[in-house]
Amino acid sequence: MPEMNTSSLPDLIFTILFFFMIVTTMREVTLKVKFTVPAGTELEKLEKKSAVSFIYVGPPTDQLRATMGSGTRIQLNDRFAEPAEIMDFVAQERASMSDQAAQQISLKVDQKTKMGIVTDIKQVLRKSWALKINYSASKRN
Amino acid sequence: MAKKKRTVPGLNASSTADISFILLIFFLVTTSMDTDMGLVRRLPPPPEDEQSEAEIDVKERNVLNVKINSAGNLMVNGDYIGLDQLCERAKEFVQNPNNSPSLPEKHAKNIPLLGMCAVTDKHVISVQTDRGTSYNVYFQVQNELVRAYNELRDELAKARFGKVYANCTDEQQEAIRGYYPQKISEAEPKNYGGEK
Repeated sequence: MPEMNTSSLPDLIFTILFFFMIVTTMREVTLKVKFTVPAGTELEKLEKKSAVSFIYVGPPTDQLRATMGSGTRIQLNDRFAEPAEIMDFVAQERASMSDQAAQQISLKVDQKTKMGIVTDIKQVLRKSWALKINYSASKRN
Repeated sequence: MAKKKRTVPGLNASSTADISFILLIFFLVTTSMDTDMGLVRRLPPPPEDEQSEAEIDVKERNVLNVKINSAGNLMVNGDYIGLDQLCERAKEFVQNPNNSPSLPEKHAKNIPLLGMCAVTDKHVISVQTDRGTSYNVYFQVQNELVRAYNELRDELAKARFGKVYANCTDEQQEAIRGYYPQKISEAEPKNYGGEK
């Protein structure tokens, strides 16, 4: 029985590899809060990923609960923060962007969060002129 | 005795597939294909001083007050309704089909491509929440309101241009947005009036 010619297999795999290398977006922050975003039907895709900054809101992860408690916390980049610190964060993020007018803030908020903290964040965002926001959500049918 | 043919031995490339497989698996694992999606909102600009905020004066008929309490119950202009009724309610409010005096006033507006139309461009949907309201309920309310707008825009686009809003050209979309501007008041837990 003749053996199958597998010489083109690496090429094939390489093609798939390149596809994944291009579409991959590595998460640059380690999540310290856990969240399940709400599900919605009327969602829009996030355009211009380079102009998007993320704010994570939710209870600390299981490993951090012992030290941080189980209350809702805000995570900016790699650390926990208070609502007032968002202003500096927004300014910092904006300074590192090429298209500053397109700056968009994506709020990844756990669905069990109370609105009080979300309202606080929104007020700070208003004050820092980051008016384009996005309530991150998953698709529901 | 058979003659041995001497050739340059080829490089054994059989393991290239394995190497690329490993790389492939690495990217498969680290990749997060989740195309980030969400509801896009625009916050009102910050108030210049405390006074200017109170000045915004909106007629009562132009406001749809959506209030959510901490238990997640909805109240729209004084009526308790369920989340499933909110979309219909908002559509009726924005459209004002019978020019009812209790619904937003209509103004004649000249919109390119659509001509003169009577639109309720002064309407505001104000969402008020309690600090204890859960974010999920708030999000679902926002979602329903956006759905109301999207359905209205789709209906108009189908009637005028024969296709859904998403398939219209940029000019057509702008015209439809002029007809049904999205005005959902954000932020400001107690203040209604800010646009969008």
